[in-house]
Amino acid sequence: MSDNNHEPRIVAFLCNWCTYTGADLAGTSRLQYPPNVRIIRLMCSGAVDPVYVLKPLLDGADGVLIGGCHPGDCHYQSGNYKARRRFAVLQETLDELGFDKDRVWLRWISASEGAQFADTIREMTAMLKSKLDSAIVG
Amino acid sequence: MNPETLATGRPGLFAGGDAVTGVGFIIDAIAAGHRAANSIQTYLSRRSTVNSQQLPITNSVVKLSRDEITARVETGKVTKRERVERKWIDAGTRVHSFEEFALPMSEEEAVAEAQRCLECGVCSECLECVYACRAGAVNHAAIEATRELQVGAVILTPGVEPIDLRAPSTSLRVGYRPEYGYGRYPNVVTSLEFERFLSATGPTQGVVARPSDGAHPKKIAWIQCVGSRDCARDQGYCSSICCMYATKEAVIAREHSAEIAPTIFYLDIRAYGKEFDRYIERAKNQGVRYIRSMVSAIEPGANGNLNVRYALDDGPKTEEFEMVVLSVGVKPSAETRALAQRLGIALNEYGFTESISFAPTATSRPGIFVAGTFREPKDIPETVIEASAAAACASQLLASARGTLARVKTYPPERDVAEEEPRVGVFVCHCGINIGGVVRVPEVVEFAKTLPGVVYAEHNLYTCSQDTQARIKARIEENHLNRVVVASCTPRTHEPLFQDTLREAGLNPHLFELANIREQDAWVHRGDRDAATRKAQDLVAMMVARAQHDSPLYRLVFDINPRALVIGGGFAGMTAALTIAEQGHDVFLVERDAELGGHARHIQFAVNGEQSTVNCVDVQAMLHDTIARVMEHPRVHVYTRAEINDVAGYVGRFVSRIHLADEDANIALDHGAIVVATGARAATPREYLYGMDNRVITQQDLESLIINRKSEIENQKSIVMIQCVGSRDESRAYCSRICCQQAIKNALKLKELNPQTQIVVLYRDLRAYGFKEDLYRRAREQGVLFLPYELDAKPNVAIANDKLRVTARAAFAPNGKIELEPDLVVLSAGIEPNDNAPLAQLLKVPLTQDGFFLEAHAKLRPLDFAADGIFLAGLAHSPRALDESIAQAQGAAIRAVALLSQKQREAVATVATVNERLCAGCGLCVEMCPYGARALDADAHIAQVNAALCQGCGACVTACPNGASQQRAFEMPQVFAMIENAVA
Ligand code: FES
Repeated sequence: MSDNNHEPRIVAFLCNWCTYTGADLAGTSRLQYPPNVRIIRLMCSGAVDPVYVLKPLLDGADGVLIGGCHPGDCHYQSGNYKARRRFAVLQETLDELGFDKDRVWLRWISASEGAQFADTIREMTAMLKSKLDSAIVG
Repeated sequence: MNPETLATGRPGLFAGGDAVTGVGFIIDAIAAGHRAANSIQTYLSRRSTVNSQQLPITNSVVKLSRDEITARVETGKVTKRERVERKWIDAGTRVHSFEEFALPMSEEEAVAEAQRCLECGVCSECLECVYACRAGAVNHAAIEATRELQVGAVILTPGVEPIDLRAPSTSLRVGYRPEYGYGRYPNVVTSLEFERFLSATGPTQGVVARPSDGAHPKKIAWIQCVGSRDCARDQGYCSSICCMYATKEAVIAREHSAEIAPTIFYLDIRAYGKEFDRYIERAKNQGVRYIRSMVSAIEPGANGNLNVRYALDDGPKTEEFEMVVLSVGVKPSAETRALAQRLGIALNEYGFTESISFAPTATSRPGIFVAGTFREPKDIPETVIEASAAAACASQLLASARGTLARVKTYPPERDVAEEEPRVGVFVCHCGINIGGVVRVPEVVEFAKTLPGVVYAEHNLYTCSQDTQARIKARIEENHLNRVVVASCTPRTHEPLFQDTLREAGLNPHLFELANIREQDAWVHRGDRDAATRKAQDLVAMMVARAQHDSPLYRLVFDINPRALVIGGGFAGMTAALTIAEQGHDVFLVERDAELGGHARHIQFAVNGEQSTVNCVDVQAMLHDTIARVMEHPRVHVYTRAEINDVAGYVGRFVSRIHLADEDANIALDHGAIVVATGARAATPREYLYGMDNRVITQQDLESLIINRKSEIENQKSIVMIQCVGSRDESRAYCSRICCQQAIKNALKLKELNPQTQIVVLYRDLRAYGFKEDLYRRAREQGVLFLPYELDAKPNVAIANDKLRVTARAAFAPNGKIELEPDLVVLSAGIEPNDNAPLAQLLKVPLTQDGFFLEAHAKLRPLDFAADGIFLAGLAHSPRALDESIAQAQGAAIRAVALLSQKQREAVATVATVNERLCAGCGLCVEMCPYGARALDADAHIAQVNAALCQGCGACVTACPNGASQQRAFEMPQVFAMIENAVA
């Protein structure tokens, strides 16, 4: 965060069946979004271990996005519910550890929601950017 | 003896050289030898019943025309030289000796004379090409051969070709649409030519450039229906695909250059397919301009530009464009028609196969089937559906012989890489310009070479191509690679292909990783080449890092339950059930209603483009016949008033719980595949006084009136039909596809009953695709009036003096609108999806925004779901006509049969594992597993995984507090390695 041009870096864990496919759809529809995200494909949002979220933050990422199927749509029936519960606990932990918990997002994005995926990345990048800027100014 | 062929009077005996001519020149003797050899070959290869004396000789002589010779000289290929003058011994010396009097050439002279060769390229059989071709593709001895194959069925898929605009039509003796100037003005091109301009492998490498001067045009016009919907030129039908491809070309052209301003001149936008209207709307938002007008002529303007003349309501216009694209229609080629003739297949007047009602892939000859555009012009998903349907019909005939000629693909033994250090090979794909146009691919390759573990990296134009597979195999061998990373498209498309290549090279297929630099990089960061290149490098680094930890994986093999579950007892469901049952599999057919038949119960008659009367097919009779066949079939088990409550298991092994309302009982059915055919329903209009005045009815109501209260209907003096009621607006964004044909069909039927009835059809785009255009034309010929309206100026229906009054905009009327007082207003209400959400949740399959089921791939996998073992047919997919539903049902059924007939299947490879040393036996993972694949070993207090049941979701891994649970291919070190490289 040393200079004004620091581009936020986002690590995204996307479930194979919905959000990863939605991200592909954003591509096939040629929707443009900022190049700040690096996607890691997991089979299900329920497989996102809390350490997968902590490690990037410790390693220097500015944000972590977890993407899964909409409630009820998880390919493995209930993985996203597990993710949701885990996420709630994780947010508290982040708080306790002194991390800004807004830097970690959980979003339900289906295979047909390419536009929502692009929007999410746009929003998240903008939010992180303004956080970075104000951190520098402040 | 024949001097041409050198054949003697006795068949098979040839003669040449001195024996024939007496003492002669050596060169003539050699020539005779060649000629005789040639004749003998022809003679032998024909096993001549022909008299050998009459064998024509094929001499490889090339005759250059004067122009060609001049061209060769001009381009410097050859230089014009005088003949080298021959020298002779002078007569004085000659009389004193027996020396040869013609002097030989010196070496220089001989070379000079040889250089006069025009290089016409006659093969002298030097065979250099045979030695030069490393692929061994040149074979001088190849001759045409005829083979005979014994087959039980034939499927024809020869397709169509674009209409040749220069070829004269039979009736007019001029080219098609000469007024558009194709062939005269260089900047008038066909849509297929334009497609090539957009292509990375095209003549301009994907840059839109004008043929006349190579300039980049900004204003481009597309003209629709060139060689379609044009009776004057024997092309009476609609080519069905041009509206969408023109829109696609316009959109892609704008993607190539935002400066391009496309305009499409059209008559009707026929975006009748699933999600097509949304695409058109998006195109409009992206700056594609649509003008409803027929272009009357194109005239040359300044600088190679073109003046396009057309008419709007307010008069004729002329507009200048820099380039014009003609959206040409399609038709079967002359060869295809000749083929059909040889096979004895009946063709219709346009040269397509004669269609047979409700047997979508049948031809006039039993055992010969047809799929794709040779039957009727159509888009890709429909051809894919029909291909499966034709396969279903063919394999019905062949069911007893299934598998008898199949050969199993064999692979070399797998190399054991356990002891080897990771040696990674990286292949980065340009994907034409898809990736290469944004990401600087060579830089990614250079970067990859610097990554730890990488011993080899290269880039390919198309990594997925056949020859690149061979390359990858060779590179694996040469460099002793034990991991392969391909950076190209999403793993969802080509991962299996590359994995197969690894297997062929003796590597376990799981020693492979794919970096998605197309969908998730090049296509979404088109404006920023630097960032896209950097991102591609990161993605490659992440995958290379991950690959270091890859280990070989093996799959468990399990038995497939050979039964099928068909959900929905409408026409599609019944057809699917019968198709599967005929192939020898038991089928459970589950219907929510009390009776079978679905939406088709409301269709009274159907119309076939080839017949002159409308009442040609009695749908109800056919429906009853189908229901009877279903009920009687010993392999089809029907459950009516049955509701699915639960679907457990996975491909090959499903268990469904069904509630039977009649018996108030729950039963469990086990099966290996599922076909979803839950149908859709007719929508109820909410406009135009529907439900408030009983003179306002739907097309469906009209049909049953025609059948049941014929005399009443015959006496109606005037009828107004309104199209797109509740379709293609905010409430339902999609086109219901069948309403236009339904309106035309009913209008024709009304005219048949009483030619005096006045019928006005108010429509937005008349979507009479394919041969339905013939019906549309017939309706107009019979006096049905078609008037277009726009979404922002819908017609109005009111009641005045107890009479219905319809007001609609009409450009031809003096005050711009017409007022009608019809006896009946008939609304085309369209199709809406059933409430599919509960079933979609049970099956874990997605729905579209509109509430129809979402297939695995809109174009290429229209019958499958992304989830294995579940297939889709009928109106549950999207609105469609009855015969289209039948094709889809047959297709989905054969997809299911292909699975069910396999007997065995491999389980998921990426299953969970337990590190017994770390497992504390807490049992959390057992609770977490949604598949019951986990259990605690009571004695050892250690968790176990049932690999046949595990679906590889990874829930147990996250649940484990000790890190004892891991998932193959998603091991923690692998994810960590990716994270580190993602952040770096
Ligand atoms: S598969 Fe998408 S969240 Fe589970």
